Amino acid sequence: MTIIATQSLTKTYGGGVTALSELTVDVEAGVIGLVGANGAGKSTFIKIMLGLTAPTSGDVRVFGLDPVTETDQVRARVGYMPENDCLPPDVSAAEFVTHLGRLSGLPKTAARERASEALRHVGLYEERYRQIGGYSTGMKQRVKLAQALVHDPDLLLLDEPTNGLDPAGRDAMLNLVHRIGNEFGISVVVCSHLLGEVERICDSLIAIEGGRLLRADRISAMTAASDILAVEVSEGTDELADILVQRELTVTREGRMLLVPLTSESAYDEILRAVAELDLPLHRLDQRRHRVAELFTTKETADV
Amino acid sequence: MSDAGVIHDIGYQRYEGPRLGRSAMFGAIYQHGLRASFGLGRSAKAKIFPWLVVGIVLLVAVINAAVKAQANIILFDYFSFDDTLSWLVIFFVAIVAPELVSRDMRSGVLPLYFSRPLRAFDYIGAKFAALASAVFLLLGVPQFIMFLGGAFTTKNGASGVWNEFLDLLPGWGYSVLWALLFASISLLVASFTGKRAFAAGGIVAFFLMTAPVVGVLSILPSKTAQHLAGLANPMSLLTGVQSWLRGKTDLGLDIGDFGVIYGIELFCLVTACVLLLLARYRKVASL
Repeated sequence: MTIIATQSLTKTYGGGVTALSELTVDVEAGVIGLVGANGAGKSTFIKIMLGLTAPTSGDVRVFGLDPVTETDQVRARVGYMPENDCLPPDVSAAEFVTHLGRLSGLPKTAARERASEALRHVGLYEERYRQIGGYSTGMKQRVKLAQALVHDPDLLLLDEPTNGLDPAGRDAMLNLVHRIGNEFGISVVVCSHLLGEVERICDSLIAIEGGRLLRADRISAMTAASDILAVEVSEGTDELADILVQRELTVTREGRMLLVPLTSESAYDEILRAVAELDLPLHRLDQRRHRVAELFTTKETADV
Repeated sequence: MSDAGVIHDIGYQRYEGPRLGRSAMFGAIYQHGLRASFGLGRSAKAKIFPWLVVGIVLLVAVINAAVKAQANIILFDYFSFDDTLSWLVIFFVAIVAPELVSRDMRSGVLPLYFSRPLRAFDYIGAKFAALASAVFLLLGVPQFIMFLGGAFTTKNGASGVWNEFLDLLPGWGYSVLWALLFASISLLVASFTGKRAFAAGGIVAFFLMTAPVVGVLSILPSKTAQHLAGLANPMSLLTGVQSWLRGKTDLGLDIGDFGVIYGIELFCLVTACVLLLLARYRKVASL
């Protein structure tokens, strides 16, 4: 099911700053990573999807609805977690999330129930009755996530959910996002400038740079074709390489290892057979998954 | 972080119940704002000031009713009650208006509001309604106490109570005008800063700095200048409107034949403030 579709979406701010240019993308349900460096246009994209700013030109559809004209219907089905600090210090999390639930149209009692449930799902129990001012950064991020979840949206837009968290907090937050996407049945768009972080939990990935689409695809499609077998033998490396080339496999050398892309089902067996026939002492046989990051190496160097 | 890394495995329930429209959201903000005006649902510290003002106002009303009942001396009628307590009303809005709008700005909570099916009008309209209601309650409830005092001590039976009530109604009407004007001006001033202390100072300054202008204008030799002097300050503007509507000339402000101007200015001022607020929040709502 397509949840977000854009057609040459362009947003130019006054003063000639182009935040998004000709972005055309179809997004399937699931956990979606939206990656790009700071200023790549991620936040602008989110604002357009929420109907907070209108695109300069082009077309955007969220659940088949136009955020510009059908703002209310879109926002009722979307939960938004902003990047910045957005919590009042002098109320309790329970009260705050309840209030925001009511602002999403939930009746009073339902809002209260859903608020405590949402807070429980993000891992806040007794703490929810304490004032938010006394919370740690990790707990605040959880409250921000809970308020996005309180009205049971069909889509969550998370802007840098791991900002300011320590490594353990990062993992916990990513696990939580993964769970929301896979167990709660809610699609999630996770914005991040850290590719390594989102690729772990996402089904698909949209990479943008300078407002332009770099690549949008499912993670499996990005990595499937690029599995590589690393073979290391203590002697006879050249002979093995020759044999493999004869069997129509592409071989590249990396130090003492041979890297062979697994292009066909039988490639793995072929390699093993070749090693056995030559009777070589096998040191290592290591199937590597290509990390998505390698697909963007040019981009990453450009950003440094 | 509590229990870092622990995965909490409790099944997620989808929400199947009703989803209410924007009027319900308006109601939620209104109710929240009205409660916050009196520090309800807030810390004890937030309750001190509003309730101090409420206490003084009620005390004045009770004393007024008692003196009237015992000695038959009328300290204030329903109108001069509002005029006399204007300082307290100023301090009340100077504390409450920043509590309603500056606080939301400071904590950055507005993006959470405006990413929901809610518009600038709903937000600021509900805040305005809440503050106006709070100011009306601040004045209207003591007026009602004065009415009760008068009604229970009347010597003319039911018709006495009825007459007292007919006095109360325009008094309430006057308090409504106070509520609208004070709420609109103070919210507008408060909406320009996220710092509560600045907002409070700005509100007090606005109401007090304009008072000397009235004084200066009213001693000018020109008769017209004297008649129009009251327009410069919200309190004297309200007094002017009162003397126009009631045809009274003993209120310490001579408005001559310019009563209509006072009425028009009151209307325009409230409308302008509300429209400016809307324009301001249109901009804020688009982040």
